[in-house]
Amino acid sequence: MLQAENLSLAYAGGTNVVHELNLTIHPGTITALVGPNGCGKSTLLRGLSRLLKPTSGTVYLDGANIHTMKAKELARQLGILPQAPTAPEGLTVHELVEQGRYPHQSWFNQWNADDERIVAQALDQTNLSLFADRAVDTLSGGQRQRAWIALALAQQTEVLLLDEPTTYLDLAHQIDVLDLLAELNERGRTIVMVLHDLNQAARYADTIVALRGGQIVAHGSPDQVIVPENILQVFGLEAEVVRDPVTGTPLCIPIGRRSGRNRRVSAASPGNDVQAALSA
Amino acid sequence: MAAQVKLVQSASTRILGSRAWLLPGLFLCLLLLGVLLLWSITLGAADITPQVVYTALFHYDATQFDQLIIQTVRLPRVLAGVIVGAALAVAGAIMQGLTRNPLADSGLLGINAGAAFAVVLAITLLDTPSLSLYTVAALIGAGVAAVFVYGIGALGGGATPLRLTLAGVIFTAFISSITTAILIQNQETLEQIRFWTAGSLAGRDFAIIAQTVPLIAVGLGAALLISRQITTISLGEDVAAGLGQNTLIVKLVAALAVVLLAGGAVALAGPIGFVGLVIPQVARFLVGADYRWIIPYSALIGGMLVTLADVAARVILRPLELPVGVMMALVGAPFFIYLARWKVRR
Amino acid sequence: MAERRLRPTWITVRLHHLPVSFKLDRRVPLIAFALLILTVIVLVVSINYGAYNMSPLDVVQTLTGTLPADHPNARNFNLVVHTFRLPRILVAFLVGAALATSGAIMQGITRNPLAEPGILGVTAGAGLAAVTLIVAVHDVPLSLLPWAAFGGAMLTTAAVYALAWKGGSAAPVRLILIGVAFAAVLGSLTTFVLIFGEIHDVQQAYVWLTGSVYGRNWEHVRTLAGWLLILLPLAFVSARSLNALNLGDEIAQGFGVRVERQRAVLLVISVGLASAAVAIAGTIGFVGLVAPHITRRLVGPAHEGMLPITALFGGALLVLADLISRWVLAPSELPIGIITALIGAPYFLFLLVKYQK
Repeated sequence: MLQAENLSLAYAGGTNVVHELNLTIHPGTITALVGPNGCGKSTLLRGLSRLLKPTSGTVYLDGANIHTMKAKELARQLGILPQAPTAPEGLTVHELVEQGRYPHQSWFNQWNADDERIVAQALDQTNLSLFADRAVDTLSGGQRQRAWIALALAQQTEVLLLDEPTTYLDLAHQIDVLDLLAELNERGRTIVMVLHDLNQAARYADTIVALRGGQIVAHGSPDQVIVPENILQVFGLEAEVVRDPVTGTPLCIPIGRRSGRNRRVSAASPGNDVQAALSA
Repeated sequence: MAAQVKLVQSASTRILGSRAWLLPGLFLCLLLLGVLLLWSITLGAADITPQVVYTALFHYDATQFDQLIIQTVRLPRVLAGVIVGAALAVAGAIMQGLTRNPLADSGLLGINAGAAFAVVLAITLLDTPSLSLYTVAALIGAGVAAVFVYGIGALGGGATPLRLTLAGVIFTAFISSITTAILIQNQETLEQIRFWTAGSLAGRDFAIIAQTVPLIAVGLGAALLISRQITTISLGEDVAAGLGQNTLIVKLVAALAVVLLAGGAVALAGPIGFVGLVIPQVARFLVGADYRWIIPYSALIGGMLVTLADVAARVILRPLELPVGVMMALVGAPFFIYLARWKVRR
Repeated sequence: MAERRLRPTWITVRLHHLPVSFKLDRRVPLIAFALLILTVIVLVVSINYGAYNMSPLDVVQTLTGTLPADHPNARNFNLVVHTFRLPRILVAFLVGAALATSGAIMQGITRNPLAEPGILGVTAGAGLAAVTLIVAVHDVPLSLLPWAAFGGAMLTTAAVYALAWKGGSAAPVRLILIGVAFAAVLGSLTTFVLIFGEIHDVQQAYVWLTGSVYGRNWEHVRTLAGWLLILLPLAFVSARSLNALNLGDEIAQGFGVRVERQRAVLLVISVGLASAAVAIAGTIGFVGLVAPHITRRLVGPAHEGMLPITALFGGALLVLADLISRWVLAPSELPIGIITALIGAPYFLFLLVKYQK
């Protein structure tokens, strides 16, 4: 269980980006952090992972203060994947994923049988076994992101934090990565990620945390959080919320000032149209 | 390296916020420059009163020793400073706009080193030490260096800021080491050249100024002529091409202007760094992102800065004299560090 | 699934019953062996080359001490090999190894493949200090220069690091930019100092500034070897944290690496190596740039194997450059730094043209 208590975060010399925030993340769940640009969602993620030292407040992992924990000890329990990381030129997928074993190794014990097995497993789970000897910088965007996720897997942490794991990926690869994360979650990992796309958040997360101005505006299941009032409050955008015809999760349809070039189907209740279309 | 470097800059920070202030501001700069020039002339081994300066300039009497000094020693030196400052600053502004690299400078792109190499080579081979030789050699050297660095940067896919910077740095290291090789083998050339390589305004006369001024004037003219196009190209070459600009011609004219300006300046005063780096930043801070204003402001402020640096170089260790190139490095490096420390984000 | 990878590209060493295990890229021992052979060949050729004529066999026999005692030229051979040629060549090798390793570390911690000892102002600081000494003290003894150079390098690095430090971190981008500024201003001051020197001293200073191993003796070899014996193992041991840093500060921190401390430690190792080399042989450029680059193409970027190989490669490269520097304008000789620039710069420009990115 990951808990933030009265957490305030700021970048060097700046004012607080996150103010007095309280948040509990339950084991085995997927939590999505959403909100407008600059709302502090990435900052919060960094704070939860100790990349950023809080100006006040504390983060607890299973009751232990992560800031007084040994660095390697924490790294064995909590992994973080920053946004759009880059690998050195020529580094192979296998060499990259190996690095994930760092917190488990010592100088004398750099490559034991466990390391080898776990790296192979991570490559297998991410469907990268065949690419193990390819250089990371020659892979496609989707494969590359999977390689980084494999690195986090090799770290074998219970909790995995990801900052916009779908950035720069096309739609198919976005879904591919999110499906992979959902699979990992089914095997027991706790996942916290920053996501831009509300609908993907609603589809994949158990819990959504909506932030604005460094504070939590709404927190709960997708059905509780993705409602027009919250979207208006968080993004300042009028929206309709309908049911996702595939998963039944809430689907946010922004209205905007002009609703585009095509006329709106029905101003009164667009939800009915979708349902009509589905039943037809 | 440089491609990832972006300076934090917002248009709203410019000081002369309203367009109405731009032209009067320019005149103010001109006035300031004039005052600075007169003040600079009064200073030296012996201080001369402003009245004498005035008389020497407008009612020249060659029999008066002070007036003689002013006309033959101080005036040419001060003028050389202004010209060099203006030329280097404008060359820097053009390069920064063209390469979209806020840290571009004729020193960085290998042009100064190329000019220095050519001068050393010419002195060694031709054995006739004359200032006019410096001019021709420096110009050729600057030109060849610019073409070479740009060519290497552009070959095999577009001259991006990163590629240009890298090509410039590597070329500088390469050509400087050949220059050193020559100097090590040839003591006479070393003796002649070593003050020049530090960048100095001492001992410049009207003859050498007359030789370089036309080049620099053409360079300045060309710069002003394409200043609007540089503004566009500074948004990105694709954007400029999308707006219907013939980017090839603009780049060619810009390159020619840079060679004339930087080559002329190096011929006149030796390699002086940091002017081309610092001044365009200051100008941009004052007037925003429009190169029609950045270029004239750069010229005037560049002239002021080098004049000031030269005054400081003469006064600080009096009677000893620092080369103005060293003085500029002492002024410029802290500015650069300031930019790197507080204004650079990744 | 794992079985599908029939031939792993690495060698694993594990001890039974003990938690000891290592992994090395398969190419590393192979390349190391090839480089050693190459170095020995160049070494023999290089010792063989010079105004005093010897056959390669004579060289090998003199080196290994198997020269027949009654050989007519035994004394001369020993003098030429052991007093004149061998020490300078060994200095070249050690300097190459130090600069290459220093460059590789610098590139790792700044995550910039073009970083090298010169870029943080290290060499410029050493240069200014040494040149000031050369000019201030007429005909300065060669043995004093290393200390001045070392002091200058360390002071400069400390200043650059302090100025780059902001908000609890010395970000690589700031390190590089501030280093470049320092290099420029120190270089300019060096030119200024040179103006006051006697022309003979100035020429000596220029030779030193370009880098030279001329006239280096066993004392230099011992000094340098001492530094390397401490610093190189430290560098090799730090390979793993260097790997982690190379993935970015955030990832490394996520692994539990104490990023700032590790970076500072690695920086000290790197600067120590560079300043020891510069102190003995002057500012030799491009080795720290070229050697790590080629090594990475040979054995990949993982530092466990890459650092030792790059040290070997840098050493071999400088021994070769030293040979060329004596051969090109024989009987007069060029400073070795000019040769490395002549080899290194075209290599880099070629890379720049070849790779579009």
